[in-house]
Amino acid sequence: MRDEVLKKILRAQGRKIPIALITRLADGSQAIMDRKKSIDGDMTFNPQEVEEVLTCIRDDKSRSLSGGEYFVRVFNPKLRMIVVGAVHIAQALAPMAELANFEVTIVDPRGSFASDARFPGVKLMDEWPDEALIKLAPDTRTAVVTLTHDPKLDDPALEEALKTDAFYIASLGSRKTHSKRLERLREAGFNENTLKRINGPAGLDIGAISPSEIAISILAELTAVLHQKDLR
Amino acid sequence: MEKSNDAIINTDVLETVSEWSKSGMKTAIATVIDTWGSSPRPAGSQLGVNERCEMIGSVSGGCIEGAVVKAALEVMEDNKPQILEFGVSNEDAWEVGLACGGNVKVYVEALES
Repeated sequence: MRDEVLKKILRAQGRKIPIALITRLADGSQAIMDRKKSIDGDMTFNPQEVEEVLTCIRDDKSRSLSGGEYFVRVFNPKLRMIVVGAVHIAQALAPMAELANFEVTIVDPRGSFASDARFPGVKLMDEWPDEALIKLAPDTRTAVVTLTHDPKLDDPALEEALKTDAFYIASLGSRKTHSKRLERLREAGFNENTLKRINGPAGLDIGAISPSEIAISILAELTAVLHQKDLR
Repeated sequence: MEKSNDAIINTDVLETVSEWSKSGMKTAIATVIDTWGSSPRPAGSQLGVNERCEMIGSVSGGCIEGAVVKAALEVMEDNKPQILEFGVSNEDAWEVGLACGGNVKVYVEALES
């Protein structure tokens, strides 16, 4: 790999631009392609190959192209997790999600909760959740989890999250709390299909009790959704 | 590396390889390009190696990394990419022990500085 190719990959990752590195295995020559089919490198591909590369990027799946001449390595933006509520569970969820390769941002306008002492090294935002969500612009590689139980904070976050392509949206709270929440969102104009995108109560039913167990159940559910694994 | 803790677990293989290269070390990148049967890491998984045999990332559960590092050191010298195959039908695999019974093909290339 030429140093210049490596720099281009790292630059794309820094700018959160999905790309694919295409390697001709016979001689090691390489080109970079983005989602707009623009190809950087001294190689040409037929339309079928270009489509295959786009599929790889979309599915986040690195593989050889049919024929086996080329290998496609997908570099998608890092997974992100936006946690609304700098609560006790967030103190377990944030470091665990970081271990699972998520870039974590915690949103909480209540300064006494979102303190550096409680969340060392984690990115904190003290804006209102809807404003924070607009700034963070969740995409298909982003998960949004609300943990406050407080409609004033959770609802605006959910309303913004539902307008985005976030791959996982979850909200903590009992079944009763969740059905009330859905009722409010219905009144706010969201239809049933949209509301189905909210995983609530957040997490798999694994009998989780402690904050770290609840974090495990949320991460497990999120992993299943990420890989489109049907749990039922 | 200032973020050594992150680097152990995170997938920032290329970032680390870039840092190694900037500090003047020879480096190589190994990528899983094909798998059959049960293999521990999917296609696209990467392992970075420097001239001191330090590793970042992985291409298996630890079964073939030793052999891959050996190839990486060769590639750093002659700058000729290698394709390595490991599997139960392959004698090398018995040697290095791919216990899962899977097959894996790994592409090893040097970073040209």
